[in-house]
Amino acid sequence: MEDIEHIPKELKLIDAKGIRLDGRRFDELRPIRIEAGVLKKADGSAYLEWGNNKVLAAVYGPREAHPRHLQDPAKALVQCRYNMAPFSVTERKRPGPDRRSVEISKVISEAFASVVFVEQFPRTSVDIFIEVLQADAGTRCAGLTAASVALADAGIPMRDLVASCASGKIGGVVALDLNKDEDNFGEADCPMAIVPRSGEIVLLQMDGHLTADEFDKAMDLSINATKQIYELQRDALRRRYASVAEAAEQEAMREPARSEEPPREMPPDLPPEVDDL
Amino acid sequence: MTAEVISELMREHIARLAASGKRTDGRRFDEPRPLVVQKNYIKNAEGSARVQLGNTDVLVGVKIDVGEPYPDTPNQGVLSTSAELIPMASPNFEAGPPSPTAIELARVVDRGIRESKTVNVEKLCITPKEKVWIMFIDIHALDYDGNLFDAASYGALSALSCARVPASKIGKEDYPLPLEHWPISVTSAKIGGNMVVDPNLDEERIAEARLTVTTDENGDIRAMQKGLKGSFNLDEVRGAIRTSQKVGRGLRGIVQRD
Repeated sequence: MEDIEHIPKELKLIDAKGIRLDGRRFDELRPIRIEAGVLKKADGSAYLEWGNNKVLAAVYGPREAHPRHLQDPAKALVQCRYNMAPFSVTERKRPGPDRRSVEISKVISEAFASVVFVEQFPRTSVDIFIEVLQADAGTRCAGLTAASVALADAGIPMRDLVASCASGKIGGVVALDLNKDEDNFGEADCPMAIVPRSGEIVLLQMDGHLTADEFDKAMDLSINATKQIYELQRDALRRRYASVAEAAEQEAMREPARSEEPPREMPPDLPPEVDDL
Repeated sequence: MTAEVISELMREHIARLAASGKRTDGRRFDEPRPLVVQKNYIKNAEGSARVQLGNTDVLVGVKIDVGEPYPDTPNQGVLSTSAELIPMASPNFEAGPPSPTAIELARVVDRGIRESKTVNVEKLCITPKEKVWIMFIDIHALDYDGNLFDAASYGALSALSCARVPASKIGKEDYPLPLEHWPISVTSAKIGGNMVVDPNLDEERIAEARLTVTTDENGDIRAMQKGLKGSFNLDEVRGAIRTSQKVGRGLRGIVQRD
């Protein structure tokens, strides 16, 4: 409990009724909104808002891996670059990778390596780019959740989506999805990522102070939350592809009608069409 | 990084042994390699330790200097941890700027020490907002035979435990670094569905996933880091926590010795 002394006196992270600073209960997520397919150039992309976090994820590939000596003759590499925009945090962050970003990029790459069917794409790289545009604690979970949708949007074959969430401890209470103040003044934070259908944990980190029992509680909260997050991910993909599917359906409906028309004959004297490049 | 070559024979050999509860070096699944700690190894460092965990050999130095505190912690000393994976330690280490592996290593060691409040950083304040003592922990891998995370973590804690604050530099008397906790990290590797503690290099190369759990003297968890491309189920994570608590107790005794 020595940590509590560092909290400004007036700041109580969770009150007697179990209500947190932003009005949530211990087991409530911040509002999450996901949109798939938001970028034109990338093979797949997603935009995600999670409380005050705003994150973009893009996927390129499978494409030739470079530098070439990194290529794996048997499978694809999954390479993630997590990056924070300089204006995403209160104090300007110097652009470019710092040690924290390098570590987060590494653990996220590893988290996806076991769900992507890497054997199908030898010598290639599946490149995942996560840009944190606005940060309010929990950006690696937000980024990973968005990246998962972007991978699906890119049509990368995967065993399942990966859903991610953190739980921690604030004012002596184990709680779900800490925001910035809770993360700064709380006692522990434990981000995780899971393959929802199999229950495989593909990312797990923790810092702070938890007993083994508290860790169990935290994991319960996170696992439950990832079920909700999984639904939001699937919903984002459904919305993205519902319109595509609809268009395809309409196309299919038109097809038989057209086929009943007598085949149009090409006027013989017309010059062949030239693609104007 | 060149791809590491481990013969299929070795891979099968380790996996087959593991399936029957055995390891290549004859250890039990929950048995770490012998830990040897030599403290005060480097005279010019304020604290240092050379640590051998089996054939993995790591030298950790602690330098302590006067510097500026961070604006948000004006009366606290500063901790900074770096790791160098020098080419001498392994044919697969390359010279150059720190690799993601080295960065992760340093940050995981740092997290264990920082989050368990090993050093009472408020006792490292000289003038609030202006001057505090800064601790630089530098991890130097000398010989890499697996599980640098734990070797480096024992080295860092050992080096801190014998470090002295060079207060004579500012006209005061030197004093021992105020240590209050003893975080011990224990890494488990998953091989063919089995969890083995303190993986050696051969085991580490074929491991599906790795989990480092740092516990304090009360058995409470202070830091965790999952690594490699595989996964764990929740029971395996719980098992690794229990192993860390149990194995950590024995290792802590060795690190605490002078």
